[in-house]
Amino acid sequence: MKQLLVRSEYCLGCKSCELACAVAHSPGKTLFTAIFDAQTPQKRVFVETNGDLNFPLQCRQCSDTPCIQACMSGAMHKDPTTGLVQVNPEKCVGCWMCVMVCPFGAITESPLHTALKCDRCRELDYEPACAAACPTKALQWIEVDRFATAGRRSWLDHLKEANIHA
Amino acid sequence: MLKAKTIDPAALELLKKAATDGIETVWDRYEAQQPQCGFGTLGICCRHCLQGPCRIDPFGNGPKAGICGTTADVIVARNLLRQVAGGAAAHVDHAYEAVEALELAAEDKINYSIAGEDKLRQIATALGLETPSKDTKALALEVVRVAYADMSNHSRQPLQWLLANAPKERIAVWQSLGILPRNPDREIREAMHQTTMGMDADPVNLVLATAKQGLVDGYAGLKLATDMQDILFGIPSPVVTEANLGVLKSDSVNLIVHGHVPLLSEKIVYWAKKLSAEAEAVGAQSIHVAGICCSGNEVLMRQGIPLATNFLAQELAIVTGAVDVMVVDVQCIMPSLAQVASCYHTELITTMPIVKIPGATHIPFTLENADETAQTIVRKAIAAYKKRDPRKVRIPDQRTTIMAGFSVEAITAALAQLNPQQPLKPLVDNIANGNIFGVVATVGCNNVKVTQDSFHVEMVKELVRNNILVAATGCSAHALAKFGLMNSEGTERFAGDNLKSVLTALGHAAGLGAPLPPVLHMGSCVDNSRIGDLVTAIARYLGVDTAALPVAASAPEPQHEKALSIGTWAVTMGLTTHLGVVPPVLGSKSVTELLTQGLTEVIGGKFYVETDPILAAQGLIADIRAKRKALGLTI
Repeated sequence: MKQLLVRSEYCLGCKSCELACAVAHSPGKTLFTAIFDAQTPQKRVFVETNGDLNFPLQCRQCSDTPCIQACMSGAMHKDPTTGLVQVNPEKCVGCWMCVMVCPFGAITESPLHTALKCDRCRELDYEPACAAACPTKALQWIEVDRFATAGRRSWLDHLKEANIHA
Repeated sequence: MLKAKTIDPAALELLKKAATDGIETVWDRYEAQQPQCGFGTLGICCRHCLQGPCRIDPFGNGPKAGICGTTADVIVARNLLRQVAGGAAAHVDHAYEAVEALELAAEDKINYSIAGEDKLRQIATALGLETPSKDTKALALEVVRVAYADMSNHSRQPLQWLLANAPKERIAVWQSLGILPRNPDREIREAMHQTTMGMDADPVNLVLATAKQGLVDGYAGLKLATDMQDILFGIPSPVVTEANLGVLKSDSVNLIVHGHVPLLSEKIVYWAKKLSAEAEAVGAQSIHVAGICCSGNEVLMRQGIPLATNFLAQELAIVTGAVDVMVVDVQCIMPSLAQVASCYHTELITTMPIVKIPGATHIPFTLENADETAQTIVRKAIAAYKKRDPRKVRIPDQRTTIMAGFSVEAITAALAQLNPQQPLKPLVDNIANGNIFGVVATVGCNNVKVTQDSFHVEMVKELVRNNILVAATGCSAHALAKFGLMNSEGTERFAGDNLKSVLTALGHAAGLGAPLPPVLHMGSCVDNSRIGDLVTAIARYLGVDTAALPVAASAPEPQHEKALSIGTWAVTMGLTTHLGVVPPVLGSKSVTELLTQGLTEVIGGKFYVETDPILAAQGLIADIRAKRKALGLTI
């Protein structure tokens, strides 16, 4: 199963993922139509930085689902078909408990004052636009094992370098 | 993403060969660039100071201003002004070299003749110089001095080349807006100054400054360059030849000229004929010159040299394996050519001090050594021919007959067959009675974002079907040439009945024995000035403003900054100017609105963006219909 995984060392902070995310959640799904939408489309990924490190952060789809535990209205729920944590804005009462318990700060407020977060691009058949938009492949839509394999190989390369210089 | 890379059958065939040969092309690199940055696409990225880069969140959740406080409106307007100034700079620099050439030619310091004496006298008259008694070279030097005076104008007086050639009604409009350019170099410098950190923050003022750059481009770039080149090399008159890569010859030395300035390519054409015996000595039939981009258009218009191909297929020309030398001057030259050439026997030769490409052979061109340089290049082609590997050669069997060379003078001469006293009358009468419903000028480039040539061809077929006469230049002309819109059969096949009858009558009157083509090839990109001259002449004949005429412009597949500066000039002339690719301005609603609507009230023209060729044709026809209605003509 694919996950949104990040090689933060490749993130240049260009925010292309943020732009693509907003466009993917606009009615027309293209930049040139989104720019003219009366209701400005909302992004659900945030490129954060601490000065040394950039990181595009969005809902991590935690298995212990603190946001669902904290939700009193049933708005935050697990989609039975996909198993993904999703928000039903119609049930959301804006108590913001989910925002307070989310360890990543990945939930924000929509213009309609309901909880807003990454839905893994439900309207794009779950092909996340943020990863597709990443010019450096810092943000990847990839199987965990494949990502880990690439990580191990790059560690081996690193080791080789270290041995040469030893 | 693209549905198809090209509709050009020669390019399609060569793309397969490129894949087999392991050649990376512009389309591969375009794919590798996907997705392209949304901030850049919308024009809301600023890199003008070292506090940046800054970008504005177009959806309002992130930053609404750059670090200095500049808004999206200002960033978009500033970026556009710099791009248009970039385009104008290219054309003015081109024109300047042609002025220098005329000066040195008139002083007998270089081996260039003055072949267009009629043009010289025409220009001198427009500039108010005494002409009849003077000898050609003395008069040429006087004309040169006016051009130089414009380039070194330290006063507030407007550009003389503009005052002498632009319509009076337009000059009044430009004066009222305060956009009459003085010295072109000063205006380009001012645009750089106006857009640097801590300068103009008024988007309206910046857009007006952009319009001024359009005038710099039109008169100190396009018009000046064409005038100088016509004086040096002669006014084009109709020629018949062929277009597309099938013009390359398997048994001849193939030498391709690519770029924009004809100062070297004219010499190449001359020496290619002169040195043919040397080619025969190595077993070649002849030395065959063909052109890419506007160097190609220049030698086509005056020397009848065939067109090889346009911008997007420049790499594929080398993939034929049959190009012995590709010699380049300035503009639109893909740096990738060196890499492609290294996979074949082709020698890529750069010639200009401001265009050097690692991997290419650099043979410096100067006006003083033009003949020696041209001979060296031609001999390099002969030497390369001997190294050609027949197993790697594949010349697509694609050639289309084209008629080109439609300078304003040539068009007027053809019309004079019908009415010697008032040559423009037959044309104007046919526009008035609706046989010619209107005129659209299609100009500019290929852009990899558009299936190559498709927009030019589909839109123009729809236009001529609706009795719109089309004039074309640049890579648009190449595209329309390849697809049979520049020969008499094209009139039979594609033109609406009314247009067909006019073109048939004109063709017979001009002694062709066949209709004129539905699309008139008026030359290179700088030769958009010819279209401007024609529009100006028609407006003067009718005593109306150019903005009132049923005439529009279109850059269906624009890629270069030059296309933006040419388009801006067309807008200042009062024309609706279509762009088939969205320019990077949508990040500012107010600038977008100004360019597509707001400007109309003050300047008459506007930009019109439509990315579907048929809808674009219909939009242009609707615009022309509205102008016809305002003039009281049949609709």
